[in-house]
Amino acid sequence: MAVRIQTADFDAGVEIAALRRGNPRIGAVASFIGVCRDANDGDAVSKMTLEHYPGMTEKALEKIVAEARARWEVMDVLVVHRVGELKPTDQIVLVVVAGAHRGEAFAACEFVMDYLKTRAPFWKKEQTPQGARWVEARATDDEAAQRWEPPKSSAA
Amino acid sequence: MKVKVLYLASLREQLGATGEDLDLSPAVSTVAGLRTLLMARGGAWQSALAQGRALRVAVNQEMAQPTTPVKPGDEVAFFPPVTGG
Repeated sequence: MAVRIQTADFDAGVEIAALRRGNPRIGAVASFIGVCRDANDGDAVSKMTLEHYPGMTEKALEKIVAEARARWEVMDVLVVHRVGELKPTDQIVLVVVAGAHRGEAFAACEFVMDYLKTRAPFWKKEQTPQGARWVEARATDDEAAQRWEPPKSSAA
Repeated sequence: MKVKVLYLASLREQLGATGEDLDLSPAVSTVAGLRTLLMARGGAWQSALAQGRALRVAVNQEMAQPTTPVKPGDEVAFFPPVTGG
């Protein structure tokens, strides 16, 4: 199971052990954990609610994982993303990539996160002292994702 | 033709609607056409769906473009740029 959406917390150690179990060809495991912070854009954040588009979310993540596997020689990819109410210090997302070598595992892990941030239908609403507000998408996230686009073929 | 339309996240709150089943005239055949039709309702619809507002659209749960065709039975979702991770 490569993609999971859940309200429950996850244990990265357990997930990584399950991914590696019985596969002696794995030489590298790269992982990323996104965590809920207590501030954003200069305001304190006491909690956030993560909403998604059931059905499309799973498809979008599976497509991102498939693209990562097509681009890099990796053996397994896992994405776990939480939804619902989260508080500062709570874990939000886990990406694990296992492969033979670290270079491909690191790159694929970063690619999955950059594409997830711009293509997977999740939305955050955060609670601040001024009230609840929807988090705005950041241009820096688009720029991070664009790094992985193939170069425009202006010059041969 | 009948289609299912969904409004998600901040857009759902601005419109005060989670979605609806619509029976579209044959003249409405693309995502852009549907957006124009909804904007014509005026008020929050006009402002929340206005051109220039950052908006994403998915047809049958795949990211779509303004020119993407809308066909009978399709599920069309309107939502703001995503902010997960």
